Order: sequence, then C-alpha cells, then structure tokens
Amino acid sequence: MDPQIIIARRVAKELRSGNLVNLGIGIPTLVANYVPSDLKVFFQSENGLIGTGPIPEQGMEHPTLTDAGGRPISALPGAATFDSAMSFGLIRGGHVDVTVLGGLQVDSSGHLANWMIPGKMVPGMGGAMDLVTGAKRVVVAMQHAAKGKSKIVAKCTLPLTSARPVDLVVTDMAVIGFPDGKATLLETAPGVTAGEVLAVTEAELAIPETVPEMKI
Amino acid sequence: MKAVSIEEAVAMIPAGASLMIGGFMGVGTPERLLDELVRQKKTGLTLICNDAATPGKGVGKLFDAALVARLTATHIGLNPKAQQQMLANQIAVDLVPQGTFVERIRAGGCGLGGVLTPTGVGTLVAEGKREIEVHGKPFLLETALRAQFALVHAFLADYLGNLAYALTSRNFNPVMAMAADTVIVTAENIVPVGVIAPDHVVTPAPLVDYLITNG
Repeated sequence: MDPQIIIARRVAKELRSGNLVNLGIGIPTLVANYVPSDLKVFFQSENGLIGTGPIPEQGMEHPTLTDAGGRPISALPGAATFDSAMSFGLIRGGHVDVTVLGGLQVDSSGHLANWMIPGKMVPGMGGAMDLVTGAKRVVVAMQHAAKGKSKIVAKCTLPLTSARPVDLVVTDMAVIGFPDGKATLLETAPGVTAGEVLAVTEAELAIPETVPEMKI
Repeated sequence: MKAVSIEEAVAMIPAGASLMIGGFMGVGTPERLLDELVRQKKTGLTLICNDAATPGKGVGKLFDAALVARLTATHIGLNPKAQQQMLANQIAVDLVPQGTFVERIRAGGCGLGGVLTPTGVGTLVAEGKREIEVHGKPFLLETALRAQFALVHAFLADYLGNLAYALTSRNFNPVMAMAADTVIVTAENIVPVGVIAPDHVVTPAPLVDYLITNG
C-alpha cells in the first residue's frame, strides 16, 4: 500500500463522531477520504468554514468557496462560514478536537518542528502554531524518514512550532505516542517489526511488552 | 460613506502608505483596487495581509510590480516572487502566526493595546516580546496593528455602506474594516438599503468611508 495511504487510513481511526477536525496540507488532507460515512465529523478550513466537502465537479467551483490553499472546495449541508477571528478563536480556544498536521521533525519529548528550514525554506507558519498550541489533540501525519534520514529525532534541530508537545505521530512504519513525556512505540505498520522501526529511528523509543499491528 | 470611482479612490493613497488588504490566497481580495494601485504605480507600500497570494492574483500583483517595501503576513510560501524579494532584502517581511495576526488587527480596531496569546511561547516568535503569566500560564504580549487604509472586498454593499460577505471570501475583511483610518470597499453587488437584513449586516455602514462604484 502507498505509504501516504497507510498514514491517512490510520489517522482516520483517531476521529470520533461529533469531532471538529482541522486537516493540514499534504498527507493530512487525504485523511478525509478514509473517514467512514456513518461518522459525523465536522472538518474546519481555517480560512473560515466548518463543513468542508469534497472537491467540486468540474464547472461547479465557486470563487468564494475555497480551502486554505485557495483551491475550490464544496460545503456540506449544515456548513457554517465565519471570519478569521472566529476561525482562530475556535482553534486557539480549544474548540477544535483534533488537528492533523504534517511534520519536518518530531523529537523524543513530542515537540514538533514543521514551519521553516532556516536559510532554505521560510514560507511562514500560517496557522500551524495556533493549531498545535490550541487544539485539544494534535496528531502528526508524516513519513517516518526523508531521504533515508529519521524524522523522529532525539531533539528537534529545526525551529519549534510550539512549546506544547504533540499527542500522536502516525508514520508509514509506526504509531508513536508520548505517555509520561517519552516517545513510545504504540503500533507498527503491517509487515513491519518493532526492530525495523528502531533501526530507522533516531530518537530513543520505549517499547511496551506488546506492540500491536496497525488496524487499517 | 461616499461613493467614488476607482481612480479617485486610489489617488487618495500616497506612495509609501500602509495598507491592510482583505483576502486569503486571493479569495475575498479587492482585485480592482490592486489593479489600480499597479496602474498608478504606488510604490514603497507597507502591506498587512494574510499571505502573498500567487503571482498575477490578489496581492501577488503588487509583488509582480515591485510596489511593496514592507510586509506583515502569516504565509508567503506560495508566491515565489515575494520569497525572492524577501531573500534579496528588497522587502522587509514580518511573519506572524495567523491567529496572532488577526487578533492584533482586531485589537487595533477595538481600541486595545494588544492581546495575550499562548501561541508562539517557547518559539522564535517569542524573541523580543514580553512574556506575561496569567493564572499560572505563560502568554506573549502581541501589540495592536493598524494601517492608514483598509482595502476591503464585500459580496453585498448597500447604498449606505452596510456590508455582507460570501462564504470563505469573508476572512480578514470585517476585522480590517475596523482597524484603519480610511476604509475603501469594493463590492460584487451594490444593492438598495434594506436588501441586506439588519441581522445579516457584518460590517455596519459607519465603518465604511468610500465605496467604489461598479461599472
């Protein structure tokens, strides 16, 4: 299975009926495709919408109905629109149940770096810092390694997104949580052993007695 | 509120002015005002806007024409021209978390000196800022933002200047309409008074100084 799809399917299992959820750009966006249809999840787009729907059919786009990247989207029945102060009041105020973001690095204490590479990539943080600081639950969806280098590191070398640690990291190889503030291997991807995860992870990982396989 | 032509409105804006411009990735941006700023070559502008949109779209046009001297924004990663101008030190860029950005503008429009936010504590954003503890939790003091002009785009404007917005094109427009000395508005539709029900007015007419006539 495509690594991105493994991640998206596993993250979708974290969502509960009634949740208000914000999905970041990239792999997180794919999560919406794997939410069971009987689950009533409200997706927020931080440019001012709760109730985002799928990409509209060609010819049905509207220039005033867009996602945070400016691309056309649709709105589901029951959707609500609002200004940016309300949108970030929802985010910072703890009204968003789950935020799913991409990552450049997550370290052994759960700190996330995902907004800049000094000297190379300085796009700006957009809404990432508010989301990680304010959402009830922060899930990072990212590849385990980039160009053979572990993205789960001992300590972030890139600038942090927030002082608040994330709750869960889902990669194409593993699910990692931070009980007692310590990176812990909670699940492995289908066909991947705990030993294989350890071999490609820079951060020290606690390994519980049983590490189940991801159910996707 | 006074109804004016696009040429008259932009002629009031001097070179080097500070402008808040509504819009999110070019959605809900007063495109006609930006085209006219380019036509009248208003250089050295200080922009306060969420992003740099993309080349050829929204505020991206002002970067295409090299009219920007300073920018306060939250994300400029999708406009390579703005990135180049920042890396070449042609523009001074202040990048701000989006929730902090909108609250600083809201504060500026509501008579507040600033806001206390947990966003940015313990990160690069905290550098040079006061950290204040409230109820045992750390917050950053983020100061209010105002501008000389707010350029706002609405879906409906009535003859008095009451405004309503459409879907995701609302974004920063109503907040910016409170935080500038002079507020200039373009609207998709200019309608008789009463068409916008009182409950649906988002920006009340007294906030609007100039409405650009259509056609």
